[in-house]
Amino acid sequence: MVKVMVYPPTSMILADLVERMGHEALVVSKEVRKKVNTIGLDSPPLNMTPEDPKKGLKYAAVDVPSGVRGRMALFGPMIEEANAAIVIKGNSCTLGCTGCARTNELTRFLLRTKRIPILELDYPTDDAEAKRFVHKIRQFLEGLK
Amino acid sequence: MIRIAQLSCGSEYSGVQTELQKAVDSVGAELIYPEVSLEDVQDVEKRFGIEVASGDLNLAMARATRIVENPDIADAVFVATCFRCAEGAIVRSEIRKYIHENSSIPVLSYSFTERTTAETLLTRMEALVTTAKYKGLLSRERQTGLTAGIDSGSTTTKSVVMRDNEIIGTGWGPTTEVLKSAEDAYNAALKEAGVKKEEIEGLGTTGYGRHLVGKHFGAKLILEEITVNSKGAVFLADAQKGSATVIDIGGMDNKAISVQDGIPGTFTMGGICAGASGRFLELSARRLGVNITELGQLAMKGDQTKVPMNSYCIVFGTQSLVNSLSAGSKPEDVAMAACHSVAEQVFEQQLQEIEVKEPVIMVGGTSLIEGLPKAMEQLLGIKVIVPHHAQYIGCVGASLLVSGLLED
Repeated sequence: MVKVMVYPPTSMILADLVERMGHEALVVSKEVRKKVNTIGLDSPPLNMTPEDPKKGLKYAAVDVPSGVRGRMALFGPMIEEANAAIVIKGNSCTLGCTGCARTNELTRFLLRTKRIPILELDYPTDDAEAKRFVHKIRQFLEGLK
Repeated sequence: MIRIAQLSCGSEYSGVQTELQKAVDSVGAELIYPEVSLEDVQDVEKRFGIEVASGDLNLAMARATRIVENPDIADAVFVATCFRCAEGAIVRSEIRKYIHENSSIPVLSYSFTERTTAETLLTRMEALVTTAKYKGLLSRERQTGLTAGIDSGSTTTKSVVMRDNEIIGTGWGPTTEVLKSAEDAYNAALKEAGVKKEEIEGLGTTGYGRHLVGKHFGAKLILEEITVNSKGAVFLADAQKGSATVIDIGGMDNKAISVQDGIPGTFTMGGICAGASGRFLELSARRLGVNITELGQLAMKGDQTKVPMNSYCIVFGTQSLVNSLSAGSKPEDVAMAACHSVAEQVFEQQLQEIEVKEPVIMVGGTSLIEGLPKAMEQLLGIKVIVPHHAQYIGCVGASLLVSGLLED
């Protein structure tokens, strides 16, 4: 079983594909669940506090906007933990819902420079592409040990 | 309850959403998030004019279009993005302009860091709520009866007594102990007006110490300084009809307010760095060995182009000041450079956030330092008005507005 980070880190479809192939998907919903279930924290909606952007300083400098650093406080540890990654490229801002383009760029960059097996695919636009898309992901996941 | 639509990107990830909520709760308002469809977000470029790479910013723009198309869903709008995000700054500014031009809903624009607290936002939120809630009171143009106002500022405390639309007494003093300073200024105004405290029909308070002072004197109106100052400014400048821009460079913070028919539309309140405040001018006067009241006249004889000085940090600004004096610069050139430095910070940091429409009215104690309005005129390329009693706008505004409550 390999820990596979999916990008966008909010994608439930990718997470499902990874889990079906017997691997562990690293997705942001799990990180948010940890936050929301932390006893003693009361900072809705995500239970993130001003301490989180400070934790994000490990991945981005202080002059990077706080929203990027706060998001990196969630995504950074997932990148560190990942042994493989699937990155979906697509121009639409509605692909995934991380919300911030700068965070997306930094996340993709850190995954690419980590030197782990990485599959980069374009977002499918029709049925035939979607089938090839799933097939490539399956092949990639089967090849992971 | 006043409904403030939040159009933002990054606030929940910066850990400041709770602080926004606290600020809104404390002014008795509620935050709302206008519903939009996925198609609205995908088609945002057609409806709003631009599309950016960040999803949350496109969502904010889609929400802005929904508000303009359905103005009944919100009473006020709060637009916020991360400090230092270029994409966020462009979208924030365009949303503010879009709502300002296409609706009469008041807008507050803000860039936050993880250090933003509810306290920082409180005065701004209070002003947003006041503007939405008291449009009738704010549209009042004449002061009636015998009323007074106290402006408990960070540096100075001012007071006026007004009767039938005329200022009949003024009082002024540095703010030390808040209540004592207010008492002294109020007593001086009463003495000059020749009236007793008991005769005053209504008192209004504003400024940093407004709650403490208002409670102590049993004020009928306690209001934040953004709406009150803009009201006082347009009243004194006789610009209550049509558009106007009010600039108030204070001891601790600066306000830039875009006013329409005497009511604030969009505004910014800054004050991150002291190099852009009245404090820097006070310090400059002290270093030049002149009284603050003489700095303006000295500056008017000077030429700022001979002294390099432009810093929003009071330490770096002072360093430039000391270096230029050591290099043999003339005190008048240094004085004008100090005025230009402050004006440039306000111009660069705040006036880009509002619609600058004529007449531009400069108010507050710093507007009496002649070099400062002159520097602002040079930067804006338009005439700047400094009305009579410019340092008393806060208490004049409070005195004018409280008279409206007496009639009601």
